[in-house]
Amino acid sequence: MEKVKQKDLILYSGLIILGLAAPYLFSAFKVQLTYLCVLIVLAMTWNLQGGEMGYNSFGNILFYGLGMYLTASVQVGMFFPLAEWTESGGEKTFVHTTAQYFQGIGVGLLVSAIIPAIVAGAIGYAILGLRGHYFAICTLGLGIAAGEIAGGIEIIGAGQGFTTPPFPAEIVDVEARGKFFYFLSFFVLVLAFVFVKYIYGSRFRLILNAIRDNEDKAEAMGIQTMKYKIVGWMVSAFFCGLAGGIMGGLIGYIDSTDVAFDGREMGVFMVLMAILGGKGTLWGPIIGATLFHFFKEGLWTFILGWQYVALGVLIVVIVIYFPEGLMGWLREKYPERFGEVIDEKDRKSQVELK
Amino acid sequence: MDFLIFQAPMLMVQASMDGILLGILFALIAYGMALQWGVMNIINIAQGDLVILGGYIAYTMYLAGIHPAWGVIVSPIIMYFVGWALYKLVINKVVDRDLFISILATFGIAIVFQQLMNFIFGADVVVAQSGYGTTMLFDNSVTLPNSKIFSAFISLVYAVALVVYMKKSRLGRAIRATAQNARAAKILGVDTEKVYAATFGINAALCGIAGALISITLTLHPYVGLPYTVRSFMIVIVAGLGNLPAVAISGMGLGLFEEFADYILGTEFRIGAVFMLLVFILVYRRFKLSKKREYLK
Repeated sequence: MEKVKQKDLILYSGLIILGLAAPYLFSAFKVQLTYLCVLIVLAMTWNLQGGEMGYNSFGNILFYGLGMYLTASVQVGMFFPLAEWTESGGEKTFVHTTAQYFQGIGVGLLVSAIIPAIVAGAIGYAILGLRGHYFAICTLGLGIAAGEIAGGIEIIGAGQGFTTPPFPAEIVDVEARGKFFYFLSFFVLVLAFVFVKYIYGSRFRLILNAIRDNEDKAEAMGIQTMKYKIVGWMVSAFFCGLAGGIMGGLIGYIDSTDVAFDGREMGVFMVLMAILGGKGTLWGPIIGATLFHFFKEGLWTFILGWQYVALGVLIVVIVIYFPEGLMGWLREKYPERFGEVIDEKDRKSQVELK
Repeated sequence: MDFLIFQAPMLMVQASMDGILLGILFALIAYGMALQWGVMNIINIAQGDLVILGGYIAYTMYLAGIHPAWGVIVSPIIMYFVGWALYKLVINKVVDRDLFISILATFGIAIVFQQLMNFIFGADVVVAQSGYGTTMLFDNSVTLPNSKIFSAFISLVYAVALVVYMKKSRLGRAIRATAQNARAAKILGVDTEKVYAATFGINAALCGIAGALISITLTLHPYVGLPYTVRSFMIVIVAGLGNLPAVAISGMGLGLFEEFADYILGTEFRIGAVFMLLVFILVYRRFKLSKKREYLK
């Protein structure tokens, strides 16, 4: 037992050192690394609910977009009138000072984490009563409706978009912006990982698994499934909101359907990454997100214009041929590594029954 | 918010007529959705993109100088084979699996279709001019494009033809038998694989007809498929599988809702209203069923 813990310690400290050193080692790829952190956070928290709880949501993009708009709105609204800001579009009549910028983004991120979690809690009782594919379609509808509605609201820029405050010009270091957003996202990633890891070791995860495997039986065993489902969704929403807030600041421009409530990209990515790595495992989504990001960044530029075709084909292939993902495949191949003991006789008798 | 519509009764008549005529078209797409859902137990997110593809076939004919109304005959024939090929390539692997797999796989197909249509036909909003003119009613205060009346009429003709075909023909009987019990049908000598392929083909053909009609009544754009999928999904869950009159009525209801939402909330919220309606319908049904301690299956 001691030995395992020591191995874990080495692994984690190694990863943290790698994460802290990454912007210096690969200083040209800071934006990509920030993306990677955000993608991992999204995949990991989607998995908590899609993989562990069995509620396959297409709608976590709702919280991502909400977080993005909230961070930017708070950041602007704290110091300047929001309506005039969005109306002026790209031309800036108001400029944030350095202190204002960081205060704004700090408060904004806090708000963007808490409000989506509250929203998830508020709509959770209604939405999480749906099961299986009804839940999937309903959340898909929510995500798209949010995008369409945000595109019609004047104060947050409507169809013409919302320019987030630019990074303070007083900081002359050109690297500062990239580093700031990278470390911010890395911090959120570590936070999310620690939290998810804690959940994996707790009773909460077992309850989520029970809900996934058979919700009626779980209820019959005396578990108040609805309570746990809502909490599970709120955790996802919390981190999705944070991730969205960071991405809004990084991209610098928010469009309702193409950046914020981007169901066609981010909304699908998070599902795909979790499935690619393996639903219902701690490391699966992390590996899936990393692989996917490398694949995307490596291939996208070579097949410019065809990337969505490739994405669609990738979805179909992964879903049909690898629904268990990488970790599921490994688990089937090396079950003893995952601490499973297979009784050959039992396995054979089950095969015959089929 | 704009409540002008309640002050002017003629606007209300206008919106109702538009809504009902449009709703019949939605019902046609929904009927295809119900067919494949009932028979193969899959939910096809690419439904709307099949519709748009069918529309582009009619639009291509229009560009080539043929009247786009002929699309209602040509488009389903082409789309039948598109659907059949799609079944052989992808859908046959998701038929017996979890519904979520079919949702995600068809979502992937939808993305591919959207992008390919974007390449081939361009990202512009297009419409095929039918040149049918408009009908004026009530002292010119209500205008109805004849193309809308034409499209509702053609939808009804095809729907009735399909119902008769399903009742009388051998394939129709096989499809209904497979929907009731695939295993029993197989034992009794129905080639279910063929039935599934034909079902998906018929669904795609229905989408093709609807698309051709949309190309002359509404507008086409590579990325507007998803709202059609959601509309048909909504109609099916309200009407139930295989209940054609209910499908027609709820289709008209949806059309009415959309037109009124368009007037009251404004055009920019139209699609948003459709998606919110989906959420509300699902949530309403969830609460209705939970009174009896049941859930949507």
